[in-house]
Amino acid sequence: MEEVDVEPSPMLIPSAGFHQRHLGFEWGPGDLLVYETNYKLQGPRSAGSPLVHVVRKDEDICSPILRKLFNESHLIFVGLQKIKEDVVEVHSVEVSILLAIELIWNLCEVLFIDAAPAGSLLLHLLDWVRLHKSDVDARAREVLQSESPAQHQSYWDVISLVLQGRMDEARQVLSKQASLRAESSSVFKRMDVLLQTMPIFNPTGTQTLTEFDVKWRHWHEECDRCLQDNTFASNRHLETIVKILVGDEDTILEQKELLSTWYHFLVTRLLFTHPTIKPPDLHYYAQSSMNMFLGPRAPPEPLDIILLSAFEFDLHQVIKDCSIALNNWWFVAHLTDLLDHCKLLQSHNLHFGSNLREFLVLEYASGLFTHHSLWQLAVDYFDHCPEFGRVYLELQIERIPLDTERKAIKVLRICEDRQMSEQVRSICKIMAKRALRNNRLGSALSWSIRAKDAAFATLISERFLQDYCNKGSFTDLDLLDNLGPAMLLSDRLTFLGKYREFHRLYGENRFSEAAKLLLSLMTAKIAPRGLWMTLLTDALPLLEQKEVKTRTTHALHSHFTVVKKLVETMYICLQNFKHLSCTIAV
Amino acid sequence: MDPTAKYISQKISRTRWRPVPAGLLQQPEVFAAGSWDNESNRVSIWSLGDDDSDTDGEFDEEPRLLCDSEHDGDVTDLQFLDGDRLVSASSSGAVAILKLQPDCQALSLAHVWERAHRYSCDNAPCTAVVCRSPELVSVGEDGRVILYKADQTEVVRVIENADSSTIHAVTFLRTTEVLTVNSIGQLKMWDFRQQSDSPAQILSLTGDRVPLHCVDKHPNQQHIVATGGQDGMLCIWDVRQGNTPFSLIEAHSAEMWEVHFHPSNPNHLFTCSEDGSLLHWETTSGSDMSTLLQRGWNSRVVSHSGVPLAGEDDSVVSSWLAGDSSKNRLEATHMLPSQTLSVNSLDVLEQCLVCGTDGEAVYVHRQLPNFSI
Repeated sequence: MEEVDVEPSPMLIPSAGFHQRHLGFEWGPGDLLVYETNYKLQGPRSAGSPLVHVVRKDEDICSPILRKLFNESHLIFVGLQKIKEDVVEVHSVEVSILLAIELIWNLCEVLFIDAAPAGSLLLHLLDWVRLHKSDVDARAREVLQSESPAQHQSYWDVISLVLQGRMDEARQVLSKQASLRAESSSVFKRMDVLLQTMPIFNPTGTQTLTEFDVKWRHWHEECDRCLQDNTFASNRHLETIVKILVGDEDTILEQKELLSTWYHFLVTRLLFTHPTIKPPDLHYYAQSSMNMFLGPRAPPEPLDIILLSAFEFDLHQVIKDCSIALNNWWFVAHLTDLLDHCKLLQSHNLHFGSNLREFLVLEYASGLFTHHSLWQLAVDYFDHCPEFGRVYLELQIERIPLDTERKAIKVLRICEDRQMSEQVRSICKIMAKRALRNNRLGSALSWSIRAKDAAFATLISERFLQDYCNKGSFTDLDLLDNLGPAMLLSDRLTFLGKYREFHRLYGENRFSEAAKLLLSLMTAKIAPRGLWMTLLTDALPLLEQKEVKTRTTHALHSHFTVVKKLVETMYICLQNFKHLSCTIAV
Repeated sequence: MDPTAKYISQKISRTRWRPVPAGLLQQPEVFAAGSWDNESNRVSIWSLGDDDSDTDGEFDEEPRLLCDSEHDGDVTDLQFLDGDRLVSASSSGAVAILKLQPDCQALSLAHVWERAHRYSCDNAPCTAVVCRSPELVSVGEDGRVILYKADQTEVVRVIENADSSTIHAVTFLRTTEVLTVNSIGQLKMWDFRQQSDSPAQILSLTGDRVPLHCVDKHPNQQHIVATGGQDGMLCIWDVRQGNTPFSLIEAHSAEMWEVHFHPSNPNHLFTCSEDGSLLHWETTSGSDMSTLLQRGWNSRVVSHSGVPLAGEDDSVVSSWLAGDSSKNRLEATHMLPSQTLSVNSLDVLEQCLVCGTDGEAVYVHRQLPNFSI
């Protein structure tokens, strides 16, 4: 038995388990059934509450906003399965809720999928931070657009631009101050030069990492010299900025409010102390940044743990932590699928035999299947789970409630496309039985035809014949007269169609044809025994008719032949009948 | 130009353009959508927003919701009776008239015929409804054909046991005639002037009894209808002429849910299907489209028997009925960018097309490509 990762949180079920009754439970596809048993620890046994409680998880699956997400990501998922190249384009999924998911997702892109090497790694991390702390732009714009920017109360928040490494924009803001005061303009010019000359690594350029490192150290020394010379002592803000440029961790930490998160602190810290950070070294800084920022007593949030695992490049831990922290399998299923396509997940055999990606996608799809509407999306997910997808689909698809024919048709199309003939037969049988119960014989027949269910077609024909015997006439003539090739589905059905045709011919006074048909019905032996007497009775008036209706000798002749054959067959039938009744009597 | 997509968090069973007042050369802007398979279904009204000339012809705006109303049961069909009344058919067997307030502020229930379609001890879904103001006709899984008048509370006429199988769709042919299609592949014509409850005519394909799901009549020629069925075949019929359709086209690989002739330009036909595609069919005769328009419908057409039908005006024969395939070509274009889940419904009016899918998305084309009126 494995260890439990988190303490499970207890859930109270109202009106259950009183009087120390034991509860029993049973797992369903997406819910849990809980009931009170008769067992009691103490006291006399008595009947418990007759209620059965349905406990359902995954409530966010019902949120309308998340439904949009599920539908859009379904399109992307299906598209991704079709891409066969090694390099996979990362699709960015638009998320209007759960900013944390976006944060984690972007970080995973940077670290795992783009897999930036030293040099570019910091640039990507800077982009990541800038993406998730966008209020800086708004504030800067507000300051610049105001009447006198230099007097603006948030003017010195320009530091946050520096913290994000946006030197050009910071210079732009600072120039407003510089133009104002002539006496300190030289100081501002100095700062401007420092900001301008900060080296930024260009991954596409010809400069190697070592060259960049050398340049950066020069610049760093220059900043340090300015600090030691007290060049900026006159202005405390500029002093703060130069301390940041030098990489003084305490000063950076003082800007907690502007940074607002420990991972921003991490990136800023790296920017000014170690811009050539290599991926394997990232996690040392991550851990220490988190500790410095959050303080010793603050317990880390689940999001922080996930980000830390990402910085440690421990993919499996990321997925595991996400599975625990997030309510729904959506995120981990899609993330894992994407990583799997980039061949970043080593095959990780689980106890159930399938690999991690398949397991998570199956879990997600099964969750979707319990939804009254989103089950159609789940089908595509099951299709792309090579090992267990089909079995899961076969088991689940028969449990969809079918209230209308249209829904049944859609489910059947899904089954037929995947050659699930057993499920097709079973669903058609359910629909046919329901139709039969409501006396819709045409519908019942149409379902039997779809399933090619000869046995059910026979059942329907028997029903028709029964009605005929009881009422003396056929119902649903529009169906019987137009059976077409469907007649051949079952012997009984063929007989029914032909028998109805016989009646029609008789009604149209086409006696010779009617007689021929009746003869063939009797000789072909597809007539059910119970109807032989009826057939014989039908033959009698034919024998009388011929004298009235025959016109030409030719017709008469053929008529006589037919009638003769009829009489012979009748004789045989009567003999058999006599034999039967004799044996019964004996 | 790609259509705009909008995800509306419910599976869409029907989309219909609100009719524009006749005479005004306006493009439709408001459409109704009905949902299905939800625990609580809704009929909703959407608007495409203003198309000002200063937007430089950019129709990027997504449809926005104006109002909606709860609907009991799946919305199985939706039709506009007129500019502000909407008829809905439900899977609970009810047929309802919904009233749209002026300025589309609210949608309210004006009248409902509960359990119009029913079994003796159960509900029977109503599958389709068609209107020609003030008359409505509905059909259902119980095989009944029911005639209503919009302002009368009682139904006008019920044809009991009109069909032993489910009737999937219905359309008006003439004022008193309707045509229904059922799940054993038959087209039945009903004349309400006749007292008897039997169809005036029955047509069906020889061969397999494939269920038919949709039917539409040619806007100008009442004897030409198009049907679509379970196997995705598009059939064009001449109802005056016996049992074989004029054209059999393999349109889709799965059930065809709706077929529509363009109301003002019937050379164009639209079909949508369970296989996730929406096709625009254009029939082009050998001659140029403009010369065709000049001469009216005088294109040279060979009818099936080679002899013009009795009482037929030679000049008024549709290019759909041409037996000679070399003279008439049928071109089909996919209207949706990629394969989606089933496209359940479409509607086309003037230059605009709207459709709804099981992927909970509505697609709107505001300028049909290759389309000239």
